[in-house]
Amino acid sequence: MPRICDCIRGENPVTLQRELKRIFFMAENKKLSIIAFSGDFDKLTAVFTLGTGAAAVGYEVNIFFTFWGLDAIKKKQGRSFTGGNWLTKLFGFMMGGLKVTPTSRFNFLGAGPKIFRYLMRKNNVATLEELVEAAKALGINLYACEMAMHVLGLKKEDFIPEVKDVLGVASFLNLSEGGQTLLI
Amino acid sequence: MATKVLDITKEHCPMTFVKTKIELSKLQPGDILEVLLVEGEPLDNVPRNAREQGYNVFSVEHVEGTTHRVTIKK
Repeated sequence: MPRICDCIRGENPVTLQRELKRIFFMAENKKLSIIAFSGDFDKLTAVFTLGTGAAAVGYEVNIFFTFWGLDAIKKKQGRSFTGGNWLTKLFGFMMGGLKVTPTSRFNFLGAGPKIFRYLMRKNNVATLEELVEAAKALGINLYACEMAMHVLGLKKEDFIPEVKDVLGVASFLNLSEGGQTLLI
Repeated sequence: MATKVLDITKEHCPMTFVKTKIELSKLQPGDILEVLLVEGEPLDNVPRNAREQGYNVFSVEHVEGTTHRVTIKK
């Protein structure tokens, strides 16, 4: 795709017009799709900060929770042995929702998130829970990954009611077309 | 025609414009939202974002110190 400065230098009005159309099209398509792969406290905070920030300035925002990210949309807060067999029950215990998500570094057996939550509250920065509530209030589209759900023994009923749908890769790619996609 | 005051002087990004957007979306036509914010990121972003989303930013006035008041009407 020719760049606009090349078009101007090359004096090709047809390609210049095409390039301008492409730029205006991209500017109007304010869409952000985030693949929330990580279940870490700090990375989920980044997911929801970006998501709410974009939604607040008029973007259409989709968040696709997969693998560890499914921890962020679980209805039941706290650790419990939910799931079909003993392996999924173990995951149900280890992934106990937003309250017990570890930080990706300096977790120190659970002290890490407590320290960060304290620092965030002290500096009046939104906590992860506040960001998730804001995401719901702003109407951000939340989706769960079908494949990861099956592997970890989770059902749609295990998630918060704001989760719009359960999707696979193809549907997600369809949804995110024309916008920007991030993997966190 | 109701007027609501939103104080985001103690908030940081993204909650500054997130909270503003949430309050703006609750407004009925003709309602007014007065946003109290500080200089820097909030003052740079909140009025511009409101305008970009089609709201009428009446005025941006200095209150005291670093606090400003942005009046937005739906």
